[in-house]
Amino acid sequence: MYVAVKGGERAIENAHRLLANARRGDQSVAEVTLDQISEQLGLAVDRVMSEGSLYDRELAALAIKQARGDLIEAIFLVRAFRATLPRFGTSEPVDTGAMLVQRRVSATFKDIPGGQILGPTFDYTHRLLDPSLAEGFVPETPATAETSAALTPRVTDILGRDGLIESSPEAEDGASVGDLTREPLNFPADRDLRLQNLARGDEGFLLAMGYSTQRGYGRNHPFVGEIRFGEVEVEFAAEDVGFAVPLGAIELTECQMVNQFKGSATEAPCFTRGYGLAFGQSERKTMSMALVDRALRARELGEEALAPAQDEEFVMSHSDNVQATGFVEHLKLPHYVDFQSELGLLRKLRKEFAEANAPDAMKEAAE
Amino acid sequence: MAVLAHAEAGEIAARLRDLALPAHQDLRAPENGLVMLRGRVGGDGAPFNLGEATVSRAAVRLASGEVGFGYTLGRDGEKARLIALCDALVQSRDFGGLVERSVIAPLREQLMVRRKHAAAETAATKVDFYTMVRGEG
Repeated sequence: MYVAVKGGERAIENAHRLLANARRGDQSVAEVTLDQISEQLGLAVDRVMSEGSLYDRELAALAIKQARGDLIEAIFLVRAFRATLPRFGTSEPVDTGAMLVQRRVSATFKDIPGGQILGPTFDYTHRLLDPSLAEGFVPETPATAETSAALTPRVTDILGRDGLIESSPEAEDGASVGDLTREPLNFPADRDLRLQNLARGDEGFLLAMGYSTQRGYGRNHPFVGEIRFGEVEVEFAAEDVGFAVPLGAIELTECQMVNQFKGSATEAPCFTRGYGLAFGQSERKTMSMALVDRALRARELGEEALAPAQDEEFVMSHSDNVQATGFVEHLKLPHYVDFQSELGLLRKLRKEFAEANAPDAMKEAAE
Repeated sequence: MAVLAHAEAGEIAARLRDLALPAHQDLRAPENGLVMLRGRVGGDGAPFNLGEATVSRAAVRLASGEVGFGYTLGRDGEKARLIALCDALVQSRDFGGLVERSVIAPLREQLMVRRKHAAAETAATKVDFYTMVRGEG
């Protein structure tokens, strides 16, 4: 029999009050501000914006504060918030070639037009804990140097001129751009949907999937053609205005992975590509994304698709940490009724087992 | 108008404050929403949806009839309204030059200075390769 149970309201209310206090911590310690989170924990903010799939630094900082630094919980909060706002429309595709780069490196070509620009990076740091950061640290003023007017073209565009690398797929005339926030996922999924899924996918999941391809589960021999991070302008074709209006700039990281070449009797061999793009400075994320994007192109490129990273249904169905945490964490919510029915069944089976295996004497006595 | 989208609401307001502005009204009160941001496969290929951004928008009409639209990333409705007001003023014969001179030009200058400074800091992290050992002799 199903019995509706009520109760626990007071316990829940008090638990949330306790949470608010635990979140605040020792009140003799200064409260952290959103500006502090945004300025000093900027990469956490970038991750929450990327995987929350909403570019808004202040909201991401608030979510991190509310979630006590639990980034997946913060991402969940941001996703829930986005559902409360109307959508005005879609931006013009951003031009990453025109990015004001703050960092731009290539692992494939030493001498690229515009140069190798390290920018603010953890690369080449010694990964030793720095006690001087514990309190009152004032960094040195950044060095400056003469700027050059040299453009920083995408490395893949340079390779593309000689036909050494496959060109990016052009949009088909009149083809609409898939949007998984509007339509449910169907397989096989086109590359636009795959990239949208990966762009909001969990960094840890994509990192593991990308790593698995390097370890041999769907090997595709990657080189970093280029990673760039910086500001790009966003334009929006507003219906009421009648032309594209500037919205301002956002920070993006882009990774162009150059992968093993292919050719055929009719096509000259050339390198293939994987692509990664994410909000903020998110290098590990975009590199992983590019590895997985390339792995998911296995079928299109006529490769054997046996590894998990090459299975788009597997990857796309498990990359979203909000969906994943929802399903995993719901297990801790009351399942009393479900469990009662399991328990009832188990008791019955055990009784039958006990009867079937009872010593004959018992059986006779019973008869 | 890109210059205004890069400025803070307070910076625009401060420069408008000194001007004797014509009568105007909100045609559309500031409103927050989302715009889906798009990238391109490989940077230059077919478009795909990257993720959304918060956007604020507003529209303002001057008493003389010019209508201005304001759009900006973020949720600062006042900034959207100020941009819409500037957009309307720029179209006005009486105020266009003044707004360009007193509001937009100084903010553009400020943006250029900020960008130049950031570019100089970035340039200092550019790698100069040199050959350590040559394999001759």
